[in-house]
Parts: sequence; structure tokens; C-alpha cells
Amino acid sequence: MMSGSIWALLTQDLRLAIRHGGESLMPLMFLFSVIILVPLGVGPGPNLLSAIAPGMIWVAALLSSLLALERLFRPDYEDGSLEQWWLGHLPVYGLVVVRLFSHWLITGVPIIVFAPVAAQMLYLPPDALGTLMISLLLGTPILSLVGGLAAALTLSTNRGSVLLSILVFPLVVPVLVFATGAVSVAAEGISPQTHLGLLASILVLALTLVPLAAAAALRITVE
Amino acid sequence: MAPSRPPPENSLLTAHSLRFDRRGEPVFNDISLCLDAGRLVLILGANGSGKTTLLRCLAGVVRPVQGRLECANRRAFLGHRTGLKAALSCRENLNFVRSFNGRAEQTPDEALARVGLAGFGLRLAATLSAGQTRRLGLASLLVSRREIWLLDEPYASLDDEGGALVDELIEDHLNSGGTIALSTHQRLPAISSDPIRLRLGSERLETR
Repeated sequence: MMSGSIWALLTQDLRLAIRHGGESLMPLMFLFSVIILVPLGVGPGPNLLSAIAPGMIWVAALLSSLLALERLFRPDYEDGSLEQWWLGHLPVYGLVVVRLFSHWLITGVPIIVFAPVAAQMLYLPPDALGTLMISLLLGTPILSLVGGLAAALTLSTNRGSVLLSILVFPLVVPVLVFATGAVSVAAEGISPQTHLGLLASILVLALTLVPLAAAAALRITVE
Repeated sequence: MAPSRPPPENSLLTAHSLRFDRRGEPVFNDISLCLDAGRLVLILGANGSGKTTLLRCLAGVVRPVQGRLECANRRAFLGHRTGLKAALSCRENLNFVRSFNGRAEQTPDEALARVGLAGFGLRLAATLSAGQTRRLGLASLLVSRREIWLLDEPYASLDDEGGALVDELIEDHLNSGGTIALSTHQRLPAISSDPIRLRLGSERLETR
């Protein structure tokens, strides 16, 4: 029965994402707009581009993950399906995990899949590509988790996008620092293990604490 | 306010002196009630007397400030927002409710036929009228087996035929051993057994 609830919510989220196709592709489109526009803005020289590539890809990934946050819980809140979460088989934090996982599948995974293309476009040294992929694999779930907490906290405010951004930015700064740091040192041929380890520990921390905190925030909003 | 009775054996949900405050003002206070198998509880009261809040409280969505709930059974709550997705078809919506809450004997298509929406399976919920959306909400009660139904204004935006349908569904559910609490300020359910009435807000009106 519990797996039935998980599967039901996951398939419904993905089905809705496919049905709102354009909206779901927006984060990926945003990422590529940035990657295409940066060389036009700073000049197409390979040296400069390869130096800023880790930072640009990560900043674009971070900002694009913010785009879909406003709609993470709001449609469910407005159509009444959020309060049904307290009547199901699963504890609400379990459903929050499912929702954030589907959000990551929709916004994070496409970014990871297309990151090698973006890396090519910005002349990222080939040696650093593996580290970029690992850093995205560890980092994009953190973006979804932290964003999910902020989305749950700002749900009761009417159109809380500005507040949401203000809440998210300070919390994701460490992710940006360690992720770009890992890719930069890998580009110089140094082992990025320390940076990636710190990134992984942030992921574990967010994974354990965010669902509980977000579920509590949702409860306050629903009441 | 409500008569406090000892919980009988066949009570599916028992509430002990519930109290709920909103911004420091009591919405309701000291409400005790039992939802017994086969019995209907009518929650009556003026607008803003806390009918919806009490039902949400019984559903476990809202936590009471004081008092406690005893409930080991599955609950269904149908409010004026039905919790259905406009971008999904009627059948997809019912399939979701069915796998999210546990399956009942009725399939989505049977439930749609029961509420007078036969053949609407592939229609998007967004294209339904207000009354048809209410009917789809009623169908969502049928696709998953839950003993306790908490219905907030089930007669809202339904025509006479729809009202009669609600009465039939209530009767069927009570006969199958379920229990229902519903709020209404329009029509009263026309069913064979006598409902228990709970009137909210009268105490507050007297003190002002």
C-alpha cells in the first residue's frame, strides 16, 4: 500500500510534467541560453572560456533550478490535493521526498544529461568533465532539497517568489563554492576529492533534515 | 455544546472535547462526538461557524489546540476543493486516488457511471462544469475503500438530481458499515435513518 502511494504520486508528477511540457523544459532552456550567451558577451577565446566554464555552468544550473520552485507545492495547495497528503498511508515527509525526487528528475536530470554539451561549448578541459558530472550529480539534488524547503516555507505568502530566492541563495552558496572548486582543481590536474566529499556531506545533511522541516512547514500552511 | 457520550463499541472515530483557536479566538470549543458505524452526523451552523475547520480537524489535517482524536480507520475528506488535477483526465484522477489510498472494489469507470459521468473517462477534469467536478469528487470517494467519510458541503453546486445522488451514496455507505460526518446549510440528507445533529456557533452567538 505504501509503495502504491509512492508510485501514484511519482507517476502523477511526471505525467503532469509531460502535460505541461513547455514549462518543464524551461530550466534546461534557461541553462542553454546562458551557455550560448556567455561567449557572445565575454568573447569566444578558448582560454578565457575554459577558465570561467565551471563557474558559468554551475551558476546557470543553480539559477535554472530556481525557476520551477514556485510551482513545487503551490498547485497542490490551491487545488486541495495537498491536504489529502495527511489522509494517505505515508507520513507527509515521505511524500515530500517523493515530490522532491520527481522535481529533481524533471529539472536536475536533464541538466546533468546535457552538461557534457554545455562543457564542450565552453571549452571545459576534458579532464575536468568527469568531476563536473559528479559535482552535478551530488549538487543538483541539494538544489532541489534546499529549494523545496524554501518553497514549503513561502507557500503561505501570496506569490512568494522574491522571498523564496532570498531564502535559497545563502543556503546554496556552499554548494556553488565546493562544486565549482572541485571542477576548477580537477581542470588543473589536482584531485577534487575534498570538495566532492564536502558536497556529498551537504547532500546527506539536506536529505535527512529537509523532508522533516518541509513537512512541518507544509502543515503550518495547511492549517 | 455537544452531548458528551461514552464511546460505544462500534465507534469508528471518537473525538474528545476538541477545541480550535484561530488567532487566539476560539472557533469551536469542547466538542465531543462519536462517529458510529452506520450513523450519520450532520454538522450545522452559519457561515464561519467552523464547520469546515471541524471536519478538517476530524480528518487529521488540522490539529486541535486541545482535545484528542481516536481513530484507527481510513478517512476520506471531500472539501469544496476536490484535490483533483485539472490537467489530468477523469480516469487518471480516479486512478491516482485509487492507488494513493488503497483500492476498492469499484473501478474508476464504474465509479464514473455511478455518479452519472459514464463515458467521461478520457475528458480532462478542466473541461468539466462545477457540478460535474463535484460529481467527480464523489466518484473519488468510491474508488478507494475508506470507512469514514468527512464531507464538507456535499450538496454545493449540484442540481436536484445530484442532491438525490448524494443521498443515495450516503445511504449505501452507511448500509455497508461506514460512517459519515457532513456539513450543510442547504438541503438536509433525505435518508431512512435519523442523523445526529451538531449545531456549531450557537454558544458564541449567545455570549455576544
